[in-house]
Order: sequence, then structure tokens, then C-alpha cells
Amino acid sequence: MSELLLEIFSEEIPARMQKQAAADLGRLVGEGLKAGGLAARSLATLVGPRRLVLVADGLPKSQPDTLEERKGPQVGAPELAIQGFLKAAGLASLDQAERRELPKGTFYFAVSKKPGRATAAVVKDIVEAALGQFPWPKSMRWAHNPARWVRPLHGIVCILEGEVVPVTFAGITAGAITRGHRFLAPGAITVKNFADYQAKLRAAFVLIDPAERAQLISSTLAKLAVAEGLRVKDDAGLLAEVTGLVEWPVPLLGTIDAAFMDVPAEVLTSAMRKHQKYFALTDGDGKLANRFGVVANMATSDRGKAIIAGNERVLRSRLSDAKFFWVQDKKRTLESRLPKLEERVFQAKLGTMRDKADRIARLAAYLAAYVPGSNAEEAHRAGLLCKADLSSDMVGEFPDLQGIMGRYYALHDYEPTMVANAIADHYAPLGPNESCPKAPVSIAVACADKIDSLVGFFAIDEKPTGSKDPYALRRAALGLIRIVLENKLRLALLPAFGFALGGYGELVRDSAREQVERELLEFFADRLKAHLRDKGVRHDLVAAVFARGDEDDLVRFMARVDALAAFVKSDDGANLLVAYRRAANIVRIEEKKDGAVYAGEIAEADLGAPEASALLAAIAAIETTVDAALHREGFAAAMAALADLRQPVDRFFDKVKVNADEPAPRAARLRLLSRIQAAMDRVADFSKIEG
Amino acid sequence: MARAPKRKTPKNKAKAKVSKARAADPRASKARAAKPRVSKAKPPASKAKPRVSKTKPRAPKPARKAAAKPTPLDFQSLILTLQKFWADQGCVILQPYDMEMGAGTFHPATTLRALGKEPWSAAYVQPSRRPGDGRYGENPNRLQHYYQFQVIIKPSPADPQALYLESLKAIGIDPGAHDIRFVEDDWESPTLGAWGLGWEVWCDGMEVTQFTYFQQVGGIECDPVAVELTYGLERLAMYVQGRENVFDLDFNGRGVTYRDIFHRAEVEYSAHNFEYADTDLLFQRFVACERECNALLAARLAQPAYDQCIKASHTFNLLDARGVISVTERAAYIGRVRALAKLCCEAWLAPTNPPTNTHAG
Repeated sequence: MSELLLEIFSEEIPARMQKQAAADLGRLVGEGLKAGGLAARSLATLVGPRRLVLVADGLPKSQPDTLEERKGPQVGAPELAIQGFLKAAGLASLDQAERRELPKGTFYFAVSKKPGRATAAVVKDIVEAALGQFPWPKSMRWAHNPARWVRPLHGIVCILEGEVVPVTFAGITAGAITRGHRFLAPGAITVKNFADYQAKLRAAFVLIDPAERAQLISSTLAKLAVAEGLRVKDDAGLLAEVTGLVEWPVPLLGTIDAAFMDVPAEVLTSAMRKHQKYFALTDGDGKLANRFGVVANMATSDRGKAIIAGNERVLRSRLSDAKFFWVQDKKRTLESRLPKLEERVFQAKLGTMRDKADRIARLAAYLAAYVPGSNAEEAHRAGLLCKADLSSDMVGEFPDLQGIMGRYYALHDYEPTMVANAIADHYAPLGPNESCPKAPVSIAVACADKIDSLVGFFAIDEKPTGSKDPYALRRAALGLIRIVLENKLRLALLPAFGFALGGYGELVRDSAREQVERELLEFFADRLKAHLRDKGVRHDLVAAVFARGDEDDLVRFMARVDALAAFVKSDDGANLLVAYRRAANIVRIEEKKDGAVYAGEIAEADLGAPEASALLAAIAAIETTVDAALHREGFAAAMAALADLRQPVDRFFDKVKVNADEPAPRAARLRLLSRIQAAMDRVADFSKIEG
Repeated sequence: MARAPKRKTPKNKAKAKVSKARAADPRASKARAAKPRVSKAKPPASKAKPRVSKTKPRAPKPARKAAAKPTPLDFQSLILTLQKFWADQGCVILQPYDMEMGAGTFHPATTLRALGKEPWSAAYVQPSRRPGDGRYGENPNRLQHYYQFQVIIKPSPADPQALYLESLKAIGIDPGAHDIRFVEDDWESPTLGAWGLGWEVWCDGMEVTQFTYFQQVGGIECDPVAVELTYGLERLAMYVQGRENVFDLDFNGRGVTYRDIFHRAEVEYSAHNFEYADTDLLFQRFVACERECNALLAARLAQPAYDQCIKASHTFNLLDARGVISVTERAAYIGRVRALAKLCCEAWLAPTNPPTNTHAG
């Protein structure tokens, strides 16, 4: 059993690409080994700014031997064919060939044993192939080299059980030599195996395991913060990025100059995070503290004093810009910025941002009627102002602060708090894990912004296709779905789409409107399916409810799905589902056989069996109950009514032969089976349910 | 009067190249690559130092005896040191291109010379004009005119990062005492139809240099690949000198500050860029440059044509600073400059076929 160690040593790999690169290396080499009959007992990858590492353990010494067979001509075939076969198979005479009985006669077979190649030779091919086809999101050439890598390559270590495998790629031949930290241990290091490699690199100020680096960063930062009565603001994305920027993490704390502490916390955090990759710290009350965490890649003799001083200086210059914008921006009201939005194109055919603001305002006022606790006037005001901060200097510099700055500026202008909050909230949710607005006015404006975009882009036929979604319409639709469901809004989407389309005036001909609304609803159905699938709701149940026809009230839709899920899980439900399928199968088969359709009125007299009559009566009874329950949206009650069918159905199948000898009862009974399906399909299309 | 100008300046990094430098031995870069790196014991900085301290009345002589902190380089010594360093690496030291441009990359010594097979190594200072970055001399970090130190080496040598770090040592930044990092920053110039991969180099969190391996220029694949280093000289000097305001930089070690030389110009040019530049004239100039560029291309005069492309680009930047170009128009103007740049680059690579001298007869 052998161990394989592979290190690809290069100039700095972008932090955001490292995790995927490690996964890709593991996949490519792992698959190669498996395909070559060299399955590893364990395989792990590690990655840092300058190196991509793979270790595989438990590899066999060589590939297993294989038998190669070649089928020859039939016994008694012409001499020419025999000679040709012997030559091709490399046999001296027919004595070396096997004879095998096949259905078509007896044939010659040449069987040769092919010894497996040594693992080292196979590994060389696998690694070279992996490097040559490595799926970097962006790769480059350097000097005269025709090969591509993410950045120029400087070395490869490839050792199989102590022996160098001379992998060659991009003009570099693998050896056993690597290097330590760029500044702290730049010399050559000769390594023997993974344990040796890891230990020697650790001594050379390189932690190759990103998990260890991340852990070290967060625990050290936390310790430094706690010592000052502070805590580090959680930021998994930043932690992952910083982990990819350092080989030897040295967390340090710096101070934010007091002159900037009156600038909104979001601005400080954004400036620190985006440009400088600093961690924000908070005090006991969760307020931003005047300290920041920076992770250096360097241990210095002054314990980081110069590094901290340098970083503080950079931050001062960053923040003096931010503070300047903060002061300047407040000299004007948000409302006075509206004309500036006319210079900003939303989309060439869909007008300017000013147009959009007007549409959002009207639509938000309309939607306010469906959001308990909101009022049309505030929703209109917030809608009108929600994009105004785009023309502020601060948002020009920090685009991720859009909305957030609008809230600050609105409060500064003495706009109502609900309005200001709605400006901040209206972009939410930005991702599937971000939270949705909860405040009534915020809900109205957030929905209005999304519906306006969706309706507009669908109207000009700019729909997402495949992986292309340049206007993030899928995100908008999903956001709307989540806002509606999480806040249980009773909002009929089709009329809302209609109102929103009206906001675009002449853009869409009246005749085309209905089609746009339909397409949009279908798009929502797809997004809803995807959303529910992610939440673990069975897609077949969703499909079963969808098949009932257009449902544009998402809350009602979910109530149906939930009731259906509970029903099919119950004993009665599972049992009825079996009966449903049995009925459907029989009807389908017989209809095909007869070339007829069994549906419609059933004359009770024709049924000719008491159990059949009882079933018919039961169906008639529950149909009324189900319809009444559905009418008052009592989906659970409708399902419960269906459950009343179980006994009569079971008894029918027990006692009655569907395919009666006489044609009249047979037809009536088949129609009865159809009627079972029809009754159940009132609630959901049970034929879509799987399992 | 303070005002906050529009900040959306395009990253209009474009470059140009000097054809005169052809006289330089093309093998120079090869020789340089093979040479051992600058010896650690004798950094070029030490050469520049004595002169500085001698002439500086404030530096008391006794204090210099011990291995005390060396006097930080003044602005012009920083440039001289970098020039010396890269000259020792085999680069031809060029002078700034005599045209207004947004970045050292526009210099023909970079844009045009990054193309083609011939080896090429050059270093030069380039004044960079970013009209939209004017702040009337009131912002301690932002200027509408500043200096870049540009190094271009083709093909990229075996270890350009190591060379670069040596250059930092030369100007007094000891990588052992600071936190120097290479942070992903892919470079793209929509106006030049150029892109490359590389990093911004951070020194204690401050971006001091852009480091780029050119992959394409003028829409043409770079083969071999050149590496480009762009030092932000003012930032580096502020770092080395410990200044927080660019105008407080020590320019010559004899009492002249950056403010003495450039402050008035910053105020005046900010007013020009944002308020007074004649936009009608600029629109006409853009069209004229475009026409002239195409005419020169027809005559196969690649570099003169490229000059007009540079001029068009700067004219566009001025119009942009004046706020008279709408969002949709912007893309179209950038596309027009890119089209010129592309043609110039293609003309530069076209087989040399000297234009007919119609004056001869």
C-alpha cells in the first residue's frame, strides 16, 4: 500500500478560487485513480495561497492484471481468416487459441494476460492529465509557456511512497523540493512523505490546512477581542477569503480613528470589509466598536506594531473619503435627488430609474391594501424615494450600501421611520439565506420593486434562459415568493401583475398583456417548485397541486400542499393512493383495449353489486363535502372527507369483479373507477404523486 | 470652493509604447533574467542615501552612525532608485510619453511593445491624468494628475515577484518588517481591448503596486506574455515617508514639498476638468482624433495613429469628468476608442512595409 503526495506550487492563487480548486484536484485525480484500477483508501486535498496539495493513501503497488480476449473466426473457417487471426492476436499456432461454444457455433479465442502497470507510471499520466485539463474559472499563460494555470507555476512535488514521480507540466518536472513561507522561510525544503511535508512546512511557517488556518484566525481574533470586552462580528465569507490570503495567519487588532466613529456603522464596516478585509468588532450592546481585526501573513519582530500602524493609516485615508461623502450627501434631501435618477437608465426599453421610482410608488400603494398594518400613503412615499440614494456619492463609492444610505438620509430628512426603514429593506432578500422584510411598508415596497422588474422584463421578452439571468429575475421571483409566504400575504398575483403592467403604459399592447401575465405565473410556478424542493417539500406533491390549474395565491397553494403532504402520510391516505392507482390502471388498460372512454353518468342499476352501489353513494356524498371544504379553503377537511372513501373502495375491490362478463355492469363499474379518480382529483391530481 | 465631483471615473488604464526604444538591445532582458538578483548587502538605496543626508540640514550626523533607521527617500530619490534598480535588471529607462494619458499602460512602450515576439524590457515614469479624480487640492489622497512608475518585461522572467520584492527593499521597504501580500486583481482596459491576470500588491493593507501578466492587448493574444508592474509613486512615497497627505511629501530632500510644485495645478485643473473645459470643442476633438487616427492607419503609420487614439481617450475622459456623457453613450465612446486601439495594435504588428516617402521627389 502506497501514499501519494502531490503539491502544485505557484504564485498567489486568488482566494475565491481555492476551495473549488482543491475539490477539482481531488475529483480529477480520484476519478483517474479509480478508472485506472487504483482506488485509494483515503484521499484528501488542502489549499492555500501558493499551493494546492493532494494526499492519497492506501494505493496498490500496481494496477491489477487484466485478461484480454480476442474473438477469432469460426472453427473450420478458411485458412486465410485463420492466419489473419493468428497474426493479429500474436499467436504462433491454433494450439495457443481457445475454442468456445457460442450459439452460432464454435469459435477461436485468443486470451492474453496483460500485466497491470506500476502505480507510479499510471499516477504520472493521471496527474499530467489533471493539470492539463484543470477547470480554473480564469487561467493564464506566462513567458513563452503554452500551458495554462491560474498564475505562473513554480514547482511540483509528486512523491509515491518515498519515490519521486517525474510528472511534467508547463515545463516543470516534479521533484521532492518545496518552499516555505515567502518571507519567513523562503529556502528549499526536501520532503519525503505527507507527514514529513506537513511537519516541515509548519516549521517553515506554512499551515497547509485551510480549516486549521480558519480556526486559528477566528479563535485568536476572538481571544484578542474578549481581552478588550468585545466580540468579533461573524462573517463567514470574510473569514473564508482571509483564510485564502495567508499561509501563516497572524491576527492583530487596530483602532479606528475617533474622528470617524460618527459615520454610520454600515459605512465603516463596508469600507473595512470590502477594501481592507478587516473584521468588525462590537461591544457588549452589539454596537460597532472602534477596533478592527486584521489578519497579517507575517510574524514580525515588533509583534506587528508597524503592520498595525500601516493598516490604521490606510483605514484613515479610506474613511476620510467616506466621511466626506457622508457630510456632503446630507446637504441635500433625498427628494431633491429624484431628478438625478432621470440620468440613470433602468433598462433602455423600460425607462429611467426615475420612471421606475414612480412605478414602484404606485404599485407599493396598491399592494399596501394586501399587507395588514401598512398604509398606501407611506408605501407610496417609500417607493418614490427608495432609489434616490443611487445618486449619492456614498453609494457611488460603496454600491453595497444602496438602500442602507437611503434610510439614513431619509431619517435625516425627517421622513417617517416606516418609510426610511422601507427604503433600507426594499432590496431584501438578497439571497436564499438572507432574511425577508417583516415591517408592513417594507413588505409593500420590496414586493413592488420585484414585481415591477419582473413584469417589465417579461414584457420586453428579456426572460432568463438556461444559466443566463442578467437581470437576476430568478432571485427577484424567489424573493417575492419568500416574502409572500413568510408573511402569509393573501395576494392574488395575476391582478398584481396586471396593475404593474399598467404602470408601463403603452409598452405592452392590451392584447399581449394576458400572455405576459401567464408566462410570468408559469415562471413563478417553476421558482416555487425549486424553492420548495430546497426546503425538502416533495416535488410530486407540488406538481399534484399545480396540476389543479392556475393558483395565483401562494399562501392558499401552500395550504393545499401541506394538507396533501399530511394526507398521503396518513394510513388512510396511503391506502387510498393505492386504490387510486389501481383504479386508474384498470381504467387505462380497459380503455385502451376497448378504444373507449369510461366516464360520465353511472346508472346505479347497471352496477349490479351492493358494494359498487355503496361506493357510488359514498363518492356522491364526499363530493359535496369536499367542494364545500375547498370553497372555504378547508384543505385538511377536504382531505379528511376523502378518507371516508377508503372503506367503500376497499370493499368494492374485495368483493366486486370490475371486468364483469356482462357488458353493462362492466362499463358501469369502469365508469365508477373513473369517478373515484375524478372525486379525488378535486383536491389534487393524485396521478402525479410518486412512491 | 469645495465640491464633490462625480466619482464614477472609468478605470481607463491604457498604455502606450515608445518605438524609439527599439535601439535597445533586445537581448538585454535575457541577460538580466539570467543575472543573480541585486545583492542584499548593497541595496541601491544606500547609494542614494548619503547624498540625501548630506544636503539635509535637519538630519544630525551623529544619529546616522548606528544601524539606525535610514532616512526615508524623498520623492525624486524614490524615482531615481527605482530607475537604477530596473536599469540594473536590464530595462531600458525611458522618459514619460509626451501626451496626456490615464495610465502608464497607454505609453507605446507598453501597449504596442507588449505585442509581438521580440523581447522587451523597459521602465519609465508616466504622469497619469484622471480628470474625474480632481479634488481641487483638498483631498489628501486623490489627484487628477499623479505619477506612475511602470515596468514592462517581455517575456515575463522566471520569478518577477522576487524581482519586485527586491525593488521594494531598494526603496526602503523591508518585507521582513511588513505584511506584503499579493491579492487577486484582474486587470482589464475596455478602452485598449486589453486584459491580464495578476494582483494588487498590499503593503500593510495599502495597495502600492499593480502586477499584471498581459494576456491580450488590442484584442490580440500576447505571446510571449509580458509582465507589467505599476507602482503608485505618491502612495509609495507617502508610505515610505510616513505622510498622510500627499501634498506634504518631501520632494527633493531639500525642503521642497509636493504641495509647492503641484497644489496650484490641482486646483486649476480641477476647475478646468469639471467646470471650464469647452465641451463643444472636446466633442469636435474626439471626432477629429478618430478621423486622423483612421487616416494615419490607412497610411500604415501605426504609432502616429496610436497617438490619436491616446488623444481620443483623454478627450473622452475630460468629457466624462464634465458630466456630459450619459451612461449609454459612455459605453459607445469606450467602444470607439477600443476600435481605434485595436486597429493601431494590428497595424503595429503588420509586416513592416515602410510608407512611401511622397516628399522625396
